[in-house]
Amino acid sequence: MRFVTATERFGGGTAASDPENASRTMRLRLDEEAVARARRLAGAIAGPTERFIARHSTVSVERAVLRLCGIDGVDADGVPLPNRIVDGLPRRELGAARALGAALAETGRTPRQVAEAVAAGEPLPDPARTPEAALRAALAPHAAAGLARIDANRRARETLLARLPLGEPPLLYVIVASGNIYEDRTAAVAAAEAGAQIVAVIRSTAQSLIDYVPYGATTEGFGGTYATQENFRIMRAALDEASERLGRYVMLTNYASGLCMPEIAATAALERLDMLLNDSMYGILFRDINMQRTFVDQHFSRQLNARSGIVINTGEDNYLTTADAVQQAPAVLASQFVNEAFARGAGLPAAQTGLGDAYEIDPDLEDGFLLQVAQAQLARQIFPDAPLKYMPPTKHMTGDIFKGHLIDAMFNLTSVLTRQTIHLCGMMTEAIHTPFLADRALALENARYVMNTARHLADEIEIVPGGKIERRAHEVLAGAVRILEQVAERGLMASIEGGTFADVRRPRDGGRGYDGVFAKDEGYWNPFAEALAAEAVPA
Amino acid sequence: MSLVRPYGDTLDDGAVQLSFTLPIPWSETADEAARQLTAKMGFTGAAVAEGRAIARNFSFFVVYARTPAAVDVSAIQAPPAASETLTMEQVDELIARRVGRTITVVGACIGTDAHTVGIDAILNMKGYKGDYGLERYRGFEVFNLGSQIAVEDLVRFAIEHGADAILASQVVTQKGSDIANFTALAELLEAENARDRVLLLAGGPRVTNLLAAELGYDAGFGRGTLPSEVASFIARRLAERAAV
Repeated sequence: MRFVTATERFGGGTAASDPENASRTMRLRLDEEAVARARRLAGAIAGPTERFIARHSTVSVERAVLRLCGIDGVDADGVPLPNRIVDGLPRRELGAARALGAALAETGRTPRQVAEAVAAGEPLPDPARTPEAALRAALAPHAAAGLARIDANRRARETLLARLPLGEPPLLYVIVASGNIYEDRTAAVAAAEAGAQIVAVIRSTAQSLIDYVPYGATTEGFGGTYATQENFRIMRAALDEASERLGRYVMLTNYASGLCMPEIAATAALERLDMLLNDSMYGILFRDINMQRTFVDQHFSRQLNARSGIVINTGEDNYLTTADAVQQAPAVLASQFVNEAFARGAGLPAAQTGLGDAYEIDPDLEDGFLLQVAQAQLARQIFPDAPLKYMPPTKHMTGDIFKGHLIDAMFNLTSVLTRQTIHLCGMMTEAIHTPFLADRALALENARYVMNTARHLADEIEIVPGGKIERRAHEVLAGAVRILEQVAERGLMASIEGGTFADVRRPRDGGRGYDGVFAKDEGYWNPFAEALAAEAVPA
Repeated sequence: MSLVRPYGDTLDDGAVQLSFTLPIPWSETADEAARQLTAKMGFTGAAVAEGRAIARNFSFFVVYARTPAAVDVSAIQAPPAASETLTMEQVDELIARRVGRTITVVGACIGTDAHTVGIDAILNMKGYKGDYGLERYRGFEVFNLGSQIAVEDLVRFAIEHGADAILASQVVTQKGSDIANFTALAELLEAENARDRVLLLAGGPRVTNLLAAELGYDAGFGRGTLPSEVASFIARRLAERAAV
């Protein structure tokens, strides 16, 4: 399978990776040996965790397998059928696929009928009693149909992008978050008309910690709207219609984070979402989700993202919003390297790995803008093929919307100057409320003005060798290497236990969702993991 | 001068600037609708400085107008002036001298709210803007329960640990969820006969001291609050109580 590069996907942009352009582009002189060393260290950090991942699965991975085989819906009490089946597995260490395959072979039912029977109280058969060949053969067409749907969605996206180009990066990304999917739809279409190239539906704040994916269209949520397959479908249909009318494809984003990463990745693949927030450590550090659970879940979800052509957005902005942004810059870079290593380990190509950063330095700091440029340019050069995700100022935004609009303008300038790819537009009302419809329009106008007026500035200026910006970049890179050295020596899980990241300590067997992690039996079977692992992409 | 009006460039001109969106396609009729709407709000001399489409079915306006309304400032009861903030050393000394034991503080982001940035800024050792969090104080024993804590769990924990102060944080305010959660916490403490035993503090970017008082809290701390401000308040109140 051939993967499109970031340049092809986004129609221009990552000039840093293009040798023709490189000489004309604003560049930092970097210690390439330090960059290579950081990358080697990140690989060494991810390695042992990946070996752990290979031996384990989780209830959410198994539920994702069932969803990919066509099982959806809820029982009379509103419990999702994938949860009912996984909770009722006679031997979960063998995997849900084996149990489902056995049930299909024994009863001649469809996956949906098996799920309904389980919901009605019928136990699943012991898979050990069904011959291997029979259960594999019974499941094969359903697993193949799931993969075929994912592949068809990927092709549909590629066809649409060829006909309806996205437009130039930085791609303007806005969030809708009313709690009601129908209001979100109105806001999303209006944002697209106002120039948004990507729309994200932020989730209800409770969702990251619930161990199931809610069902159906939803109209109640707090701080956001529940991610459900039906909500995905409603939003995709509305944005497809808007894309046709506007003559450019509008991307749809949601969150494969929290306790249900793999299931969200599966449903997003089935409904042709284009991007997913997905971080290898965010849930552990900032949501107290068990680390083993998160590592196993992020791996399978990234395997699915790789196949479905979905671009992930990682969550490094969280290091900056919870602590001092100047001090935390090396942690951001270190996390970008770790996220890159895990993404590569799951077969996700660089062009689908949207590493995160944010513009969060205190606006009162003299030359703070220089530090922002240093950090953003550093990421651009170190990850030339990654569609970098740049997050707006939030921590230092106040009720003064006029100053907020100015800070956002400086953020917009940094983004176009350093050729970021995915640009989350800052809202001048960030500190006040979830955005009004007009807030999004004004934010988009701000970004379009600044990016248009300074479009090729980076081609015209050079960074002073040994100046403030370059010295800051060196300092951040050196700091990141030191963090990675410590983590590599101590081990990733032990480092998280010791509070290396974000000053948060998380025990290996603590946090939410630990009881959903299990060691695979020798007879464990997951047809999707097999199919997806087989096509792992070279780095 | 006690009767005041907004000031544009002349005393008592009553000048205000407004911006709003109407859910109609933009046209000159939409501009006129915005002008008439502003007049119906009670403003005079409404002038639509800018009107334009921000989406196919939505128009945005910037309007300048004048208000005839005025307010008598002398009739407003001023909120209590914030007392001077003590340093960490002063707080610890006050606690040692006047309370004579460590103060137990329990904090949580309550309800469905997962945004711990506020409570963490106040409680975590690192603090906020160079001002150390309560965990670093000798005088406080701090339990930060983190995000999405049910008020029932918070109250149970606070009672079990003999909390002197409860800090409830709310960042998400959508559909009044913050008010509902704050209210539920205050009511549950009353129901458990524990309200008088604790200082109850509300925090969050949209919280004001006035709002907190209305909800039956001892204090409210809004955006930009430093940990030492919260620490000073708790230490002073408990010192006063110890003196009684």
